[in-house]
Amino acid sequence: MSLLLTLSGVNTFYDRLHVLKGASLHVNEGEIVALLGANGAGKTTTLRTVCGLLRPASGQVSFAGQSIVGRSPEALVRLGITQVPEGRQIFGPLSVQDNLLLGAYGRGRRAQRTEVPGDLARVFELFPVLAERRHERGGSLSGGQQQMLAMGRALMARPRLLLLDEPCLGLAPLVARQIMETIVALRAQGTTILLVEQNARAALRIADRGYVMETGKVVLEGTSEELVRNKDVRRAYLGKDYDEV
Amino acid sequence: MTASALLQFLLTGITVGSAYALVALGFTLIYNATGIINFAQGEFVVLGGLLFFTFAEVLHWPLAVALAAAVIIVALIAVIVERLAIRPLMDHPVLSRIIITIGLSVILRGSAKLIWGVDAHSVRPFSGDASLMIGGAALQVQYLWVMGLTALAVIAVRLFFDKTITGKAMQACAINAEAARLVGISVPRMVQASFALSAGISALAGAVIAPVTFASYDAGIVLGVKGFCGAIIGGLGNGLGAVLGGVLVGVLENLGVGLAPTGFAGLQDAFAFLILLLVLFLRPQGLLSRQRTEGV
Ligand SMILES: Nc1ncnc2c1ncn2[C@@H]1O[C@H](COP(=O)(O)OP(=O)(O)OP(=O)(O)O)[C@@H](O)[C@H]1O
Ligand SMILES: [Mg+2]
Repeated sequence: MSLLLTLSGVNTFYDRLHVLKGASLHVNEGEIVALLGANGAGKTTTLRTVCGLLRPASGQVSFAGQSIVGRSPEALVRLGITQVPEGRQIFGPLSVQDNLLLGAYGRGRRAQRTEVPGDLARVFELFPVLAERRHERGGSLSGGQQQMLAMGRALMARPRLLLLDEPCLGLAPLVARQIMETIVALRAQGTTILLVEQNARAALRIADRGYVMETGKVVLEGTSEELVRNKDVRRAYLGKDYDEV
Repeated sequence: MTASALLQFLLTGITVGSAYALVALGFTLIYNATGIINFAQGEFVVLGGLLFFTFAEVLHWPLAVALAAAVIIVALIAVIVERLAIRPLMDHPVLSRIIITIGLSVILRGSAKLIWGVDAHSVRPFSGDASLMIGGAALQVQYLWVMGLTALAVIAVRLFFDKTITGKAMQACAINAEAARLVGISVPRMVQASFALSAGISALAGAVIAPVTFASYDAGIVLGVKGFCGAIIGGLGNGLGAVLGGVLVGVLENLGVGLAPTGFAGLQDAFAFLILLLVLFLRPQGLLSRQRTEGV
């Protein structure tokens, strides 16, 4: 398997607050990798550093073999990195369809005419409820539907690497499961996925590998089976009841 | 006051108000894209009028060409101004950028004074001096041009926001700049586009109103203030509100002049503020409630 994304020794600051303290991880092409950790561990900061919203003070970030430090998010979307941000961040006043079309904004005029209509149809196939409500305001959708919209919008960019920041936060269990199934389906279609989740159990169920972050560093890594079996992970993130399952 | 006199003030009010409406819309476009109140907005109007004067009256270009050239040049000036004076301050508080626009207005006004002098320049109406008589009131044909072109510009802006992907991308920037970047929209480019659009329609206002009011280097302050009042009255950030607000300011100040006892007519410019205060007192969020995200 070839390396798609590599972070090595990445340090990221918010002004003077040192948040990522030498974080290192990698994602292979075609993998689902889970990034776990408690509140404030630096998971979101890691994703924001990868997608170009934050610039690391030092360390290397490379994508498909080239360094991407200092590239703008706009440029990285064109390169194949798309983030579904924490809290969905859809364009509430715009229609569902416009949200999706804007997802393909970075793809150039030719693609807008030739490929985008087909991609839109595929997103509607993946999330039929979005097709039903395509003319409604994005903001009028339920939480789960907004998450689908945020994912659909990201897919319209045809990403090679999809960054998902807590896609199941605040969703009913059934909807959360549906989102997780969609992630698996996307990977089957060839999209590589870096998934941030607080719900370690759900994330490790679908991921190939995982990393555990604590206060800005990766403290543990392994395959999903290794992490599920690991004592520290079980105590800190899986809870006691996991033993009974 | 007779009915025909009332009608006369109303027609004049709608005409002048149309120009205010375009200025108000100009304020709204820049405000939505950047959060800036652009105090140089009135200067864009003045430059539009003066350039149109030069092209049409001095160089004798065909009217349509002169109009288009004035609009495009002012839009380009706005793009340059944004690039040199606003963008470098992108990481600074919005207040510093607002204050920069005050400086810009002084510079633009000074330049206009150097180039065109202190005299007011008169510009011929687009299609002769003819007037139509309606119910005892005279309707100059130029008034129809002002109203018609304003309506066209407002519709065009509306279609741009509703129907084009660029227009939607501009809205997306105003709604959530970070999410816009994550779908590949360059926010600086959209800000630039909104300055161009905003300045272009303000220049259009300056050009079409020039035959009615003369073009002079120092008219920008008053025009800017009236347009600003329109934008606030409509609910700052609401494009349609801004257009209605602008027309309302024009109509009420002209009716006010007509209805005021003789001797008070000189207070015309104060009416805009009076209306503004009244609206802010009765309906602080503006006539149409605040919807920052809509273009028009
Ligand atoms: N915009 C910001 N400005 C300053 N500090 C921030 C900012 N965003 C996050 N932080 C701080 O950086 C640290 C890491 O935050 P981050 O959002 O990356 O954590 P997280 O792992 O995503 O947590 P959560 O599970 O709550 O989303 C926290 O201490 C947080 O307070
Ligand atoms: Mg987070």
